[in-house]
Amino acid sequence: MMRWLVIALLLVSCGAWAHKPSDSYLTLKVDGARVEGQWDIALRDLDFAIGLDGNDDGAITWGELKARHGDVAAYALARLKLASAGAACPTRATGHLVDRHSDGAYAVLRFAAECPAPIETLKVSYGLLFDVDPQHKGLLRLEGGGSTATGIFSPEKPTLELKLGEVSRLSQFVEYGEHGVWHIWIGYDHILFLLSLLLPAVLHRTRRHWAPVATFGEGFWDVFRIVTSFTVAHSITLSLAALGVIELPSRLVESAIAASVLLAAVNNLFLMVIGRRWLVAFVFGLIHGFGFASVLADLGLPREALLLALLGFNLGVEVGQLAIVSVFLPLAYAMRKTWLYQKLLLVGGSLAIAAVAASWMAERILDVKFLPF
Amino acid sequence: MPSPLKSSFCWLAGLAACFWLGTALAAPYQPKDDDVVLERLPFRASDPVQRELRLMRGELALNPRNEEVALRAARGYYRLALAEGDPRYVGYAQAALATWWNEAEPPVRLLVMRATLRQYLHDFQGALDDLGQALEREPGNGSARFQRAIIHIVRADYPKARADCEKSQGAVAEVMAEACVATVDSFTGNAEAAYRRLQETLGRHPAATPTQRLWVLSRVAEVAYRLGRAEEADRYFREALALDIEDNYLLATYAEFLLDEKRYREAVALLAGRERSDVLLVRLALAEKALGLPEAKAHEEIIRARFDAARLRDDKLHLQDEARFTLYFLDRPKEAIALARENYETQREPADARMLMEAALAARDPGAAKPALDWYFSSGHEDVYIRRVAEALRKLPQ
Repeated sequence: MMRWLVIALLLVSCGAWAHKPSDSYLTLKVDGARVEGQWDIALRDLDFAIGLDGNDDGAITWGELKARHGDVAAYALARLKLASAGAACPTRATGHLVDRHSDGAYAVLRFAAECPAPIETLKVSYGLLFDVDPQHKGLLRLEGGGSTATGIFSPEKPTLELKLGEVSRLSQFVEYGEHGVWHIWIGYDHILFLLSLLLPAVLHRTRRHWAPVATFGEGFWDVFRIVTSFTVAHSITLSLAALGVIELPSRLVESAIAASVLLAAVNNLFLMVIGRRWLVAFVFGLIHGFGFASVLADLGLPREALLLALLGFNLGVEVGQLAIVSVFLPLAYAMRKTWLYQKLLLVGGSLAIAAVAASWMAERILDVKFLPF
Repeated sequence: MPSPLKSSFCWLAGLAACFWLGTALAAPYQPKDDDVVLERLPFRASDPVQRELRLMRGELALNPRNEEVALRAARGYYRLALAEGDPRYVGYAQAALATWWNEAEPPVRLLVMRATLRQYLHDFQGALDDLGQALEREPGNGSARFQRAIIHIVRADYPKARADCEKSQGAVAEVMAEACVATVDSFTGNAEAAYRRLQETLGRHPAATPTQRLWVLSRVAEVAYRLGRAEEADRYFREALALDIEDNYLLATYAEFLLDEKRYREAVALLAGRERSDVLLVRLALAEKALGLPEAKAHEEIIRARFDAARLRDDKLHLQDEARFTLYFLDRPKEAIALARENYETQREPADARMLMEAALAARDPGAAKPALDWYFSSGHEDVYIRRVAEALRKLPQ
């Protein structure tokens, strides 16, 4: 909060920009043979080089800058050469915005470049402003292949050749795995669904009462069946959705997930399904898979390693799930005979979960927000 | 030689800064209205000085070997850099000398101008080489001689500085040559006598130009300041300011004096409206912090962004100020020591030594200030502030 206040303060006190030597900020994002560029160039520098203050009142307005967009793009892009494997990658401007840096306003030039072949090494030749200000520097940030490189252009070093980081397949796999674990960890709906199904696993139903299971093995196999069927089910739909075979509207999916949590919790209170909870896990697991898929879609899948990333993400989800189960099961088994577990946790917990899930459902169906998570 | 650890730290810091700038400040947007003012330029294009400089640039574009025009343009931009504290003008000045910038033996007057710019960019060795060559080819060149004396003073090489000051007699205005010698002496154990000589010099040359008076007054004020004669120092500083010549260096020194004297309100009044210069901004922020003013926080963010940007471009022009800011504003003595030490490798003025000592004292690490302490106890340099910190350091357990 403080930081934003401060930044707001900075933005209003325009006269307070500290002096600094001239820099431009060049960001290049490489994807296959294509480069997306963003180039932030100080308005003061552009004014010095090509003159922007049309009415000579000492102030540059958006209108004055807009009128010169064509010239700005022509001036800048003529001073930037991209090449890959000996072939030039012609650039063209795609958009004009503005931004602020520590010393004032900058023109933001967006551009794209197309190389003849997928880029392995990008050669960047930079010549902006060096003729009028040899102290000018170009600060480059190159993103591509999952890694980021930086570099500084100066009159002494106007050309940089950057090899695109070859992310190893392994690290990509691990990265998506981490995303999977993280998503389970912050995905309360999945955790609560699983817990609702697992809570009764260390008990069995005799007539009208819950009785603790006799052996750890009994509880373990029940948990195993539930977790496995949940996993198999959500893996199927996650893959189908990630590969684009099936698409469902996310509001429908999210509402159905909330409904699944509600049903699983209510089932502990009113006992509709007892023995075949693994089947419940499977059926609703199919829905949760679509939920995972939407997260994966937000992350963006690398085209060249689609299956690997999918597998990594899925395994990450399983690892996260196992971590939860491995904490839950011993604790639950140890406490299974107590009133605390049988009444407070099973009944009270299920009630609480049902309440949360009902709110989620209302939120998601009505598209409103009243819970903080 | 930067150690691998340090340089990787710099990279990390740079990346972090990049990230911060990228996420917090940089969010490209499209202004809603054509009339929105995006940037205020320091000058209008029709400003007479700017127009003249622009005409000269035009001439140079047609004939880049025109020495006369190149020199005039370089001097014009350099003057702007000094007055405004804006490094962009140094780049423009360098561009005017582009034809000769990398030449081995440019004409002497261009060589001297090149040295001036190199000095501004803290390339002291490059500047000394240029001036050495200029003096070899033209031993009577007063401005080369005088300028070299100043660089020797900055690097605390007083014997060489004194020799150049002496040789500048007859080659530069008498008032400057006299003040040059006395200034060197003020650093080497004769401060009281040097102070009197500087005062006499001022009195003897009532016809000195305002620029010359500014230079001598600044020196007298500084010596009085170091000798602890606060009232006299204050009077000379004010007299120098009254000449009404924009001079960042003078403002920075007077601000330091006011901070030392705990006259924070006057420091704020002196520097208000001069935030564009980061040297002055650091001092302003320190005064604001001492007074508990809310502006201190906003200025802190600007200064941080400024130092981060400098690190991104691998710039080391303001290490002393970064050390000062880190020590007194951020209260991080260990980091301040690292910065002050790096600074002391190239800059050896008493202020640089003092910065290192103060950082070491704050960190209770006298060993860190050894090079500065060695210099202080061997030079006979007189400075009440340095004496205080040096003695405090000596009392610490080694």
